[in-house]
Amino acid sequence: MSDEQFEIIIIGAGPGGLSAASRAAESGVSHVLLESSPKIANTIQKYQKGKHVMATPDILPLRSPIDFQAGKREIILETWEQGISSYNTNVHYGAEAKKIEGSKGNFSVECSNGAVYRGKHIILGIGMQGNPRQLGVPGDQAELVQYQLDDPDEYSNESIVIVGAGDAAIENAVALSENNKVYIVNRKDEFARAKEGNLNLILAAIESGTIECFYRTTPNKVEETPDGERAGIFVLNTASGEAQVPVDRIIARLGAIAPRGLVESFGIEFPNDDPSAIPALSSQYESNVEGIYVIGALGGYPLIKQAMNQGYEVVEYIQGNQVKPADHELIAEKFEVLPGDLEVDDVLRSMQARIPVFEHVNALQFREIILDSNVHVFKKGDLIFKKNDYTNSFYTIFEGDVEIEAAKDLKILSKQGSFFGEMSLLSGRRRSATVFAGDNCVVIETPRRTMNKLISSVDAVKRVLDQTFIVRTIQQKFAPENSIEELMPVAENTVINQFRPGEVIFAEGDEGDTLHFIRSGSVTISSAQQGKDVIMSYVPANQAVGEMALLGDTARSATATATVKTETLSINRESFDILMDTAAGLRDRMEKIAEERNRQNVAKQSRAADSSELVSFLMGQGLGEATDVLLIDEEKCVACDFCEQACAATHDGTSRLNRKAGPTHAHIHIPTSCRHCEDPSCMKDCPPDAIQRGGVGGEVFIGDNCIGCGNCERNCPYGVIQMAYKSEAPDSYWRWMLFGLGDKPGKADKSKSANPDAIKQAVKCDMCKDIDGGPACVRACPTGAALRLSPEEFAGW
Amino acid sequence: MIHTSFLSHDRFKFLWVALALCLISALFYLFHDPKEPANGGTWLGYSLGTVGAILILWLTYLGRRKRNFLNGSGTVKGWVSAHVYLGAALLVVGTLHTGFQFGWNIHTVAYVLMCVVIFSGFYGIYAYTALPSTRNNLKGSQTLDEIFVQVEDRDAQILKLVEGVNSQVSSAITSALDRTVIGGGYREQLFGIDRSLAMINGRLVGNPAQAAILEYLIETLSKEKGEARERLGQLLNALAERKKLLDIIRDDIKAQARTSAWLLVHVPVTFGLLASLIAHVISVFVYW
Repeated sequence: MSDEQFEIIIIGAGPGGLSAASRAAESGVSHVLLESSPKIANTIQKYQKGKHVMATPDILPLRSPIDFQAGKREIILETWEQGISSYNTNVHYGAEAKKIEGSKGNFSVECSNGAVYRGKHIILGIGMQGNPRQLGVPGDQAELVQYQLDDPDEYSNESIVIVGAGDAAIENAVALSENNKVYIVNRKDEFARAKEGNLNLILAAIESGTIECFYRTTPNKVEETPDGERAGIFVLNTASGEAQVPVDRIIARLGAIAPRGLVESFGIEFPNDDPSAIPALSSQYESNVEGIYVIGALGGYPLIKQAMNQGYEVVEYIQGNQVKPADHELIAEKFEVLPGDLEVDDVLRSMQARIPVFEHVNALQFREIILDSNVHVFKKGDLIFKKNDYTNSFYTIFEGDVEIEAAKDLKILSKQGSFFGEMSLLSGRRRSATVFAGDNCVVIETPRRTMNKLISSVDAVKRVLDQTFIVRTIQQKFAPENSIEELMPVAENTVINQFRPGEVIFAEGDEGDTLHFIRSGSVTISSAQQGKDVIMSYVPANQAVGEMALLGDTARSATATATVKTETLSINRESFDILMDTAAGLRDRMEKIAEERNRQNVAKQSRAADSSELVSFLMGQGLGEATDVLLIDEEKCVACDFCEQACAATHDGTSRLNRKAGPTHAHIHIPTSCRHCEDPSCMKDCPPDAIQRGGVGGEVFIGDNCIGCGNCERNCPYGVIQMAYKSEAPDSYWRWMLFGLGDKPGKADKSKSANPDAIKQAVKCDMCKDIDGGPACVRACPTGAALRLSPEEFAGW
Repeated sequence: MIHTSFLSHDRFKFLWVALALCLISALFYLFHDPKEPANGGTWLGYSLGTVGAILILWLTYLGRRKRNFLNGSGTVKGWVSAHVYLGAALLVVGTLHTGFQFGWNIHTVAYVLMCVVIFSGFYGIYAYTALPSTRNNLKGSQTLDEIFVQVEDRDAQILKLVEGVNSQVSSAITSALDRTVIGGGYREQLFGIDRSLAMINGRLVGNPAQAAILEYLIETLSKEKGEARERLGQLLNALAERKKLLDIIRDDIKAQARTSAWLLVHVPVTFGLLASLIAHVISVFVYW
């Protein structure tokens, strides 16, 4: 152990760490920057060559001694390297922090290479990605070994070994095998972890010889052969002895080691088990362990510029300088609409004090929420949102009140401190009420993504939102004439249940003791007929199931099964009876609904078998979570491909649907095309928040601020998102028709771009939201084979 | 059913429009009493001719509309529906325009070309409504690519099995695999002509639908005993399965070719019709 004690030890040479170390060097503070890999900014090093890196959010000013502007990966890395060397920043490479001991003023950091560093403060900026699991054999850091693959089209005529048996490994191997000789190394004798589609792909490729597979094989070592024909030799331990494979490239896809365990071992606490949870931090980025500060993605700030600003600020805070955060001006601008002349910090404090749902949020997180939010001052009677809109932001009332019109003649006055808009936020469905501004109305509108982040990191927020959701749902759906207070006893006994896809909510013959109101997801109702389970109907979110047994006091007459991940509000018999007594006319209404359901069931009997098979096929393909899906009737499709051409011609030259791909049952084909899921997986991890859910149709679309990271492409379970270049010029019909010039409309090759600075961005179906007349694929179909419909319309089958 | 076809589009709206057009034209024709025999030169002849010419231009415009993905009006399905019914009505309008006066001249050429276009269109209606079901029934829930993969699997299986049989049989079978032909030119595709061959007993013979090789194998098998017979039996099974798959592929290619081949008549003849229509109109006004 060296005797030197640093003022600050910075762990992780990402954007935040580099910025912090440079600021420390600039201000003459003793410091050391520990980086586990041999170079700075490990994550960005692994971007593909020439990748364009964005500098979002554009409005946020940069505050760091080292520069950062949007541009090519190489230029950014070079600027940073120059920056840290011009400040004589003290960086130690190959130093992977393993253990932190001590307390503020006297920490010691032990690294896996044995080195121990002592310091007064620690800044933790190790990101969220985790480190990819290494090969763990001699030579695994050689130039020819890589741990990710960005663009398989970059490589051709190479000999490539993929190590791993998961989906990433298979997808890489299959994509590369088009232009290369590909081997795959599998530790076991089967691909047990792969998705079914990938499993079929890899087995077919191995069977046909396009990919050679080494089963029950582990890596032994990597030898570089600078003078050889290939870049190196990969030595493998196979079941039948050692094998040597000459290779140009080795790609190891062995998963990543998430950093959470390590961070927790430092004593830092996470609020819950949610994988996306982030540690609780003070407004100066300090964790629960005094003296340890967390910045960057690990602290919930995934963007480069934010991390760099934090790096600068945290060094100032440690020195006791009260700098205003870089976002100060931005927040001040948001507050300009407010009457009076209050300081930003005062407004923030008063907001948290007045609005209970934000009470448990720490100051730093709240600042971030406000940065994402908008403050609106409304005149009395202004429309805030309309029933059936497909917006899903969340509103809190800072001042005055609003009038919520949940149904005709049901107007609820909501006052300062309360919130609205949580129904659409939580269910992913249309607005269930119209909201008008009341007197002196000032509201804060917070986007869905920000709220979801908050819900997953602060349990108290989730609890409050859920409770309100329950009581408001009961009021709207069952007892519009009763007040919230009257319904509280029922609401308090109502619980939220979650069901996995395919899980039975209740089974035929069970005792009917609960009514389920579907909050998100959807349900099929089936019953046993001649020994077979026949689906009678499909029930989307926002409706109740199980009321028949409660009304008639009988056993369950049918089975309810969740089609996708489903959440229900479960009201037990006792509460249901109280509700019946409290709410005028409820029994009549429920009986009407039951009658209607029986009528439908009788009508369905005659064609039950066919329609049941079709509906269960559609549900099996995940359409239970769809809101709008393209279905092709194969009995009408003449394979003209006009749907694809129309899509390409109206969307920058790339078709967002693949007609041939996808499963078929009887004559109904589900082509690969976006289904606009209720709770879209693609939206879960979009750093610039470019994926949005839109206005009237509820379409999920990707905005121009896409940075091309590809997260959504990987997260979509249905493979409907692709990375593509934008078209330079629109196709011209008359030029093509009369002179044979240019591309046939909708037929251009967009796999390359003429513009060297162009980046591939994520593209997917946007339901032609900007085109009059609806989806181009459907409008271009000459025979009526292509149709977009919502699952509610499946009832027609 | 949720999907509606171009024929029943908008509750057969354009069928009713087309019928009305035919009926009005026919009534005018019946009650029209010109001084000369009915022909294209009377006021009714000119009127029907104008309607017909406008219809032809409008019907041709479908080729543009269906590629106008960005801002075309209505849906292509609606346009096709109107195209089909009004195109059929053109037969009535055009024929009444002629007053049944035909001869060896440019006017009759235009009429004949119009009929060729319309009747090829009638075939098109059949092709667009009947053949997709045929193709769907053939393939079930599989795609053509998947069936090709299955054929490849069978090929690999057969090649493994022939390793254990005598060289004469094995070379006959491998020759049948090597010389299996799928597709071909327009004629082969449209009529499902199978030009597959096989080398059996040193002679190259036609092997359509794999019949020759299967027959050869059945005959050879009946003379064998024990293990050899068993292996030939397995080969026969594999070849029969392969034949079934090839039949599906060939029938599908045939149906696919027929679904689109009529356009090779319909579209070029339309341009011929436009040319002769211009000649017809000019000659009427300049030389009549």
